[in-house]
Amino acid sequence: MPSAEVRLAAEDGRAMRPAAPVDSPFAVQETTVSYGGKPVVFNVDFVAPPNSMVAIVGPNGAGKSSLLKAALGIVPSVSGRVTVFGEPLAKARRRIAYVPQRASVDWDFPTRVIDVVLMGMYRELGLLKLVRRAHREHATACLARVGMADFADRQIGQLSGGQQQRVFLARALAQGADLYLLDEPFAGVDAATEKAIIDVLKSLKAERKTVIAVHHDLATVADYFDHVLLVNVRKIADGPVATTFTGENLQATYGGRLATAHIDQLKLASA
Amino acid sequence: MDTGFWQAFLAALALQAGYNSALVAVGAGLLGAAAGAGGTFLFLRKRALVSDAVAHATLPGIGIAFILMVMLGGEGRSLPGLLLGSAVSATVGLFLVEWIARRTRLPEDAAIGAVLSVFFGFGIVLLTVIQTMSSGRQAGLESFLLGSTAGMLYADAVTIAVGGALCVGVVLLLRRPMTIVSFDPDWAAASGVSVRGVDLAIMGLVMAVTVIGLKIVGLILVVALLIIPPVTARFWTERTERVVWIAGALGGAAGYLGAALSASAPDLPTGPLIVLVSFGLFMLSLLLAPVRGVAAALWRHRRFQHDVHRRQGLLALARREAIFDRLTLKVLRREGLIRPDGVETPDGAAQAAKVLRDEKRWDVARRVYRDETIAGRYDGLTSIEAVLTRDEIAELDRRLGPPVSVGPRIAGAVP
Repeated sequence: MPSAEVRLAAEDGRAMRPAAPVDSPFAVQETTVSYGGKPVVFNVDFVAPPNSMVAIVGPNGAGKSSLLKAALGIVPSVSGRVTVFGEPLAKARRRIAYVPQRASVDWDFPTRVIDVVLMGMYRELGLLKLVRRAHREHATACLARVGMADFADRQIGQLSGGQQQRVFLARALAQGADLYLLDEPFAGVDAATEKAIIDVLKSLKAERKTVIAVHHDLATVADYFDHVLLVNVRKIADGPVATTFTGENLQATYGGRLATAHIDQLKLASA
Repeated sequence: MDTGFWQAFLAALALQAGYNSALVAVGAGLLGAAAGAGGTFLFLRKRALVSDAVAHATLPGIGIAFILMVMLGGEGRSLPGLLLGSAVSATVGLFLVEWIARRTRLPEDAAIGAVLSVFFGFGIVLLTVIQTMSSGRQAGLESFLLGSTAGMLYADAVTIAVGGALCVGVVLLLRRPMTIVSFDPDWAAASGVSVRGVDLAIMGLVMAVTVIGLKIVGLILVVALLIIPPVTARFWTERTERVVWIAGALGGAAGYLGAALSASAPDLPTGPLIVLVSFGLFMLSLLLAPVRGVAAALWRHRRFQHDVHRRQGLLALARREAIFDRLTLKVLRREGLIRPDGVETPDGAAQAAKVLRDEKRWDVARRVYRDETIAGRYDGLTSIEAVLTRDEIAELDRRLGPPVSVGPRIAGAVP
């Protein structure tokens, strides 16, 4: 893993704001992330409402993934606090499931699909407990939810990109979390996989879970999500898609990188 | 080789070649097993080269420990003292590599190169200085470079056995977190697994194997014991836990066989022979392993090429096109689909008609289904019966109309 060189940003002289609302499943406050001097995320505050589906939207290099990784402690943050269900991150990890980008692992690793899903049950299995039929059945059920039950015994290197993404989602399901954080779950997947994934995410919402996903396809934001966080290093706007996903906010987020003609074709909030 | 060598080799294998040989063979086998199992996660974590830095970083510790023990008026050659010294300096080297990679802009491979060469150079200087000391002349510290089994004691074998057993125990205990961190460190961190802790455990294993392996194989070659068995095991399985077991077994076998070989003739070095046996097992696996081996890959490719040519040849027959490709003609002849003079056989005619009809069926199927999942399964080689059901094919045939009969065709000539 490439190590992140972190320098301290001056945060002195400012009083911390009051703690995040206890009922929020996920809140970051004053979060700044930096790789070598230049912040990629600067002073972002965001409070996710309970039982919501949140899209984190912004141009390439806007720090969307870094915000997620810093919030989870995968990369160090220069400043900021994370609160999950009203508790500090360390206490709430068991309630979080993370789905990383597909390209972040070596798919030639010697493991089968079912073994990857069983990794999601690591907390339950601990160091020494043997994998029993009940564990295997639970893992298979998670695979069935993403339509991959028939692939349980395949080596992961034999999967297509969309199938790999589904296996990652099944591993997250096996964790039995209340908060799902996904990094570009729809990047480079086929149409059938995209539908399978969004069906699962919507069923999670129906189970009163919270889903937060870094998302790059502006055309589907309104269909898939009910809440949006627009970032480009700084937070541009956040709120319900119905009021926040406006042409004006998108222009502010993407700058000149988004053609006006393109914006006109999107399903936008009627501002 | 003469019969004397083989007799000696068989005797050594049966632990009947003398007390010292038996000790060395058992010790080397245990060391090989521990190294193979312990090295698996080093390999899966893609940090094989760090072990090279760790191994070379043991040398200054050996020298300093010797000097300290002599200065304190003790026996400089005491093995536990020397091993303790090597472990300390290996730890320093490991943390230096980590620190350079984390705190500076240098990548890890540069840090490894720097630490490895500087520590090794410093160690060689210390060894040269010790040579000039009055008590250092017969110290024999240079035997730690390539290993030496001549004076191995029962206590040494016990040290290796206990250390090796501890290593295997740690691998078994931490196999889950080690697997998770090796496969997906980001997800592991997000799930609350301490990536740094697991990495330290992996490196701790490497260090332990290196230190207990110093006596037999020496610090220069111990890396081979850590890396070659897991790489070899990877050819035979797709499951992490099995890689651990197979690597342990292969490492143990290489250690035992290598030690037996070196005991079979005078002046054959043990460490290098163990490495060569390990390499032999690697070559065998590289060539012969199912699925991942070279022979299997070649066979799969030939099989595929054969299928493609067969299909293309049959289509050419059915369309009355001339076939010029030699391999295509060879394949058709060998399967009795055309006669030596190039005229199709009745069997060839039937199969050609079938292939042509399947192509037409696929054309219809693509129009009828307009469905990615079915159209996407057309690759020209999979038979249509494997994709569609009988009634589906019957429906396609209904749309195509009855097959048309055609006269005999001659391959290799324009009709």
